[in-house]
Amino acid sequence: MASLELGYALEGEDFPEVYSPRKWSRSWVRRVHWGRGTALFLAAVYFIVPFYAAMQFSLQDINHHFSLQPLTQIAQAPGFFAALWLSTQLAIATMAIVLVLMVPTMIYVHLRLPRFRRVMEVITILPIVIPPIVLIVGVDGVTPLWLKSSQWLLALIYVVLAMPYVYRSLDAGLGALDLKTLVEAARSLGSGWISIIWRVLVPNLRSALLSASVLTLALVFGEFTIASLDGWTTIPVWIYLTPSINPRINTLVAMMALLVTALVLMLIVSFDRSKSHNSRRS
Amino acid sequence: MTSELITDTSPSPSGVSDEVNAKKSLPGALIRSLRTGAPVLPFLAYVSLGLLLPTIAIINLAFRSNAGKLTLANMKVILCVSNNPTCLQYRAGFETSLKLALVTSIVPGILGTLVAYAIATSEHELFKRLTAACSGVLAQFGGVNLAFMFIASFSAVGGVATHWLAEIGLNPWDHGFNLYKFWGVAFVYMYFQIPLMILIITPAFAGLKESWREAAENLGASSWRYWRHVGLPVLAPAVLGGMFLLFGSGFSAYATAEALTTGTIAITPIQIGAILQGNVLSGEANLAYALGFAMIVILGVSVIGYALLRRRTSRWLR
Repeated sequence: MASLELGYALEGEDFPEVYSPRKWSRSWVRRVHWGRGTALFLAAVYFIVPFYAAMQFSLQDINHHFSLQPLTQIAQAPGFFAALWLSTQLAIATMAIVLVLMVPTMIYVHLRLPRFRRVMEVITILPIVIPPIVLIVGVDGVTPLWLKSSQWLLALIYVVLAMPYVYRSLDAGLGALDLKTLVEAARSLGSGWISIIWRVLVPNLRSALLSASVLTLALVFGEFTIASLDGWTTIPVWIYLTPSINPRINTLVAMMALLVTALVLMLIVSFDRSKSHNSRRS
Repeated sequence: MTSELITDTSPSPSGVSDEVNAKKSLPGALIRSLRTGAPVLPFLAYVSLGLLLPTIAIINLAFRSNAGKLTLANMKVILCVSNNPTCLQYRAGFETSLKLALVTSIVPGILGTLVAYAIATSEHELFKRLTAACSGVLAQFGGVNLAFMFIASFSAVGGVATHWLAEIGLNPWDHGFNLYKFWGVAFVYMYFQIPLMILIITPAFAGLKESWREAAENLGASSWRYWRHVGLPVLAPAVLGGMFLLFGSGFSAYATAEALTTGTIAITPIQIGAILQGNVLSGEANLAYALGFAMIVILGVSVIGYALLRRRTSRWLR
């Protein structure tokens, strides 16, 4: 890899003769250069064309001209706000439960019970072995009837689905902190555990908590399998099941969902990066 | 080590400080470890109820008749060992699912590796960061939204991209392409499988030390021989491990296939969905558990394969 970059650098610069690549190496570099261009171009076409085409499909008026008017029609689509409200409620409940459950546990594990980290790492693998379509089968088999008829069952299941994301975000966040010093300092100043978590650790974990929450939010707003099989019209189920007056509206909502997810995830990635840069500098 | 320091100097609500006073008797040790473990109990309880219990229920009910008796009948039906013609659909479902998972792990696995290599050898730092962020985002795409995006762009009538291609005389539907059949679904799955592969494989390129390349060059190796004897053997476990993970993600995807084909493609996840929605003969309800159990077994094997290969990969990443 680095030798390749060296090759690139050498093409324009004056380097000692010893380091100049041999002839076959030069042609190889060029071949890779060419191949790289092709691979990246094809990948770009595959990823951009469907996205652009679907955007064009959903943002046009009756005369097939570009128009933002469909955006205003989303609000009039029957059932849209009910679905949005349900998804929002579920997202808030899921975030609250998963954070209350995971944050104290993970702080404790990092501080006192490092052996337990292995056990927690297993849960990051489990959702691959037990995907939503299988999990809902099992949940159906054990859930009492009163809970089955409640929308909050979805939030309880989503907590399980969100655990790997929350675990990874928090694990990275806690790993970057000097947890022991913070806790010792706070304790020697006389704070109790609740105040340590709330006033010392949570502010320090802001970016990890933010990315955990946003990933959970994206998960709840995109989850279709369990919601549809349980009979709840969340946003993805609404997109799939509701034949609206204008079929473009459903596609538009889907595209908006993708766009918002993409933007927010991009923000997290850049936020994390600037943070890690700062910590490296200090 | 430092944690002991804290526990010694500061009594904690979890009672770890008792460590100093506790006798070395067995009940004392038991109580002590219980107290140390107490704060993780809520988490363990939640995982047991939300993950372990449903899994046990699947394993248990997969081997029970609807009346609750232990039986192998469900397994016989889904594997179609009895020569009952109605059971063929589930075996066919597994075959299609496995084929789909294989295609959408091998093809995106290779393509993702090539693209990741192209990115890793780039000299632009900004470009590397941007593509890394994009892969992270695209690997999260999927489900209903992705299906609708492809329907809007590639459906036979009204698809915008189909229209573009038709204008230059390359309408894919005239050349055997069908978005709602096997290869169409595989085409859509690539949209999240390729970025996933890029995410998995990129760290492995760091394991290709440039000194090996230089050493190979100095010994007169051609680039082909370098890849044949050094590059590929080092990368192979990572690529294969990544493919195992893609296999799992392709095998278990439900939402994308359901929304794309409105449930017409006969793969195992969609058959499970149909049973849960009650679209089957009565008396077949427990087949969902049997199908779920079979999926757990297959996915478990692929995850173990991934974990073993990952261990091999990390050997070169030190």
